[in-house]
Amino acid sequence: MTRNRPTLTNLMAGAALALVAGAPAFAQDGPIKIGVLEDQSGDFAAATTVKVHAIELAAKEINDAGGINGRPVELVIYDTQSDNRRYQEFMRRVIQSDKVDVVFAGFSSASREAYRPIVNQFDGLAFYNNQYEGGVCDNNMIVTGAVPEQQFSTLIPWMMEEYGPNVYTLAADYNFGQISAEWVRQIVEENGGTMVGEEFIPLGVSQFGQTIQNIQATDADFVVTLLVGAAQASYYEQASSASVGLPMASSVNVGQGYEHKRFTPPSLADMYVTTNYIEEIDTPASKDFIERFHAMFPDEPYINQEAANSYIAINLYKQMVERAGTTDHDAVRAVLAEGDVCFDGPSGNVCLDPKSQHMSHTIYLAKVNDDHSISFPKVWNDIEPYWLGDAGCDLTKNDPSAQYTPSSPPPAE
Amino acid sequence: MALFQSVFAMLYQFGDTFAFLVISCAGLAVIFGMMGVINLAHGEFIMCGAYVTASAARAGLPLPLAILTGALVAGAVGMVVERLVIRHLYHRPLDSIIATWGISLIATQGVLIVLGSTMQGVGTPLGSIDVGGRSYSLYRLVLMACALGLLGGLYMLFYHSRFGVIARATIQKPQMANALGVNTGRMYGLTFGLGAALAGLAGGLYAPTMTMVPTMGATFIVESFVTVVVGGADIFVGAAPAAAILALIKAGLTAWYGQLFGQIGLLVTVILVIRILPGGLSGWLKGTTR
Repeated sequence: MTRNRPTLTNLMAGAALALVAGAPAFAQDGPIKIGVLEDQSGDFAAATTVKVHAIELAAKEINDAGGINGRPVELVIYDTQSDNRRYQEFMRRVIQSDKVDVVFAGFSSASREAYRPIVNQFDGLAFYNNQYEGGVCDNNMIVTGAVPEQQFSTLIPWMMEEYGPNVYTLAADYNFGQISAEWVRQIVEENGGTMVGEEFIPLGVSQFGQTIQNIQATDADFVVTLLVGAAQASYYEQASSASVGLPMASSVNVGQGYEHKRFTPPSLADMYVTTNYIEEIDTPASKDFIERFHAMFPDEPYINQEAANSYIAINLYKQMVERAGTTDHDAVRAVLAEGDVCFDGPSGNVCLDPKSQHMSHTIYLAKVNDDHSISFPKVWNDIEPYWLGDAGCDLTKNDPSAQYTPSSPPPAE
Repeated sequence: MALFQSVFAMLYQFGDTFAFLVISCAGLAVIFGMMGVINLAHGEFIMCGAYVTASAARAGLPLPLAILTGALVAGAVGMVVERLVIRHLYHRPLDSIIATWGISLIATQGVLIVLGSTMQGVGTPLGSIDVGGRSYSLYRLVLMACALGLLGGLYMLFYHSRFGVIARATIQKPQMANALGVNTGRMYGLTFGLGAALAGLAGGLYAPTMTMVPTMGATFIVESFVTVVVGGADIFVGAAPAAAILALIKAGLTAWYGQLFGQIGLLVTVILVIRILPGGLSGWLKGTTR
């Protein structure tokens, strides 16, 4: 026994050494793990299941072409069930136990703000591939969705010129709706218009009788609908059957929940939406994207804005990792800071802004016609996500990990 | 004219909320009031009715027939569920809550997997009418009439039909009813089926006005449970007046302070009622008349 003991210790030490020496080599050669936290059931599933499919498509294309730096992409997908607590739970799991290199997560702004502190705590890297109310200045977040200076600064002045200065806002009652409504208020005032009404609707409300009457009691020229989730989408049918007859403007409808496909015409007629992508966009790049998408997911009901953003995001990440030569977050951010991370994808050419880590977009004004077909009265090319940078957020210099709004901008230095 | 216009507007909002509360709670109230079973799958029977109605209407059936089909299918599903699950849990109310909750989760997720995350709806029929410069959906007026018709029909069924007498006998004294030759098991099955069919009817009636998603039943749940809790076990002395009072509170608060306060008003009312009148309105009314 005593004779064996040193041998055993030696063996153990040897094994341990081998493990220590072998570990980095293995990590370099193993797959690049991407955590995917999206709602595949619950109130938001209609708009977000397609995001998971877009990520699966991008991962398959990357793997078929040899992976990222020769390493295959492995997806770790969890269904967050439209529940903010699930986001927190799964964010901890993908970072701590699955040890993913990057996370793609979130639909509602409430869910993003639920998981963001956890990403900060573990110094993770998360892509938020969703249009939102803007203002997140956080080194651990990269945002590929459109923001108010891209969606509202284009949409609201156009609508006021076309239909008149009196605006009624109907918004979901949580951070997204409240902050977006603030943006609308500010842009309307800047352009000499009047807010004739503003109402915030709790998530899950589906009966709009009184709201419709309130709108009719004002002399609104158009209604800004910032309604979120399947329940609130009932508004369009109810407003249409009460013959409200006002044009609508939105940053979230059609481009996310394809309401024009789900509702009977003409309930969404005269809805105007600024979006960076929807499947009706008639460019060769878009057509090609849809063809590849349907080849992999033939039954996909609609390829929306967030599907394109998710697809773009994974390709941007691929480019940054290839240029950095590693998945190390600081090295990836150093590549982003060079300011030339761009991708020519389904929605045209887009670039990441180093100051805010948000993305430039070509913005399409989509109009829903009486038969629910889509036309594009106007296109704004290459709109930068300028507000955060102009307001004083510069992630290449410091990282406040905060969300700013027009009424609470970054503190002056 | 201005007075008439605002009175009509208020009545319309009150009627609209009242109709929603009555129609969405009827099935729940029948199953809870008659059988003492708290059916957490109520919303999913509503969803079932709505989905069947929309499919039937899009397949070419006229809307009233499609709604009837929705109600009948939901009722049939309800009877099957009663036979397979609920029947074994009649004397275990807590277990039946868990079981129906499980059924609700399975139904929501099953529909999501099989039919996808959304379904195309049917448009709201009948258009709108103009009253004093404002337009109102005609279909909502039909819904108000349906709510009143529903209450009348249920009253006739339970108090002026052979089924009603036997059903009430079964609920009050099951052993006695059994001894007199009533097949109580069958009565329970039929009553649960009736409750499920009423839920399906609610889904069918509201299908043309709503988004068709697997979770759509959840938007009815708060209102229907609040109405049944405030009303208590009896649908006529309880749920109907409760719906009227709650509609007044909700429509008023929504008109003055917005949707959020309408919701808060409902929930505050239910908390007060549970504290002050644990038996609900019906328990209180029956207690004072006795």
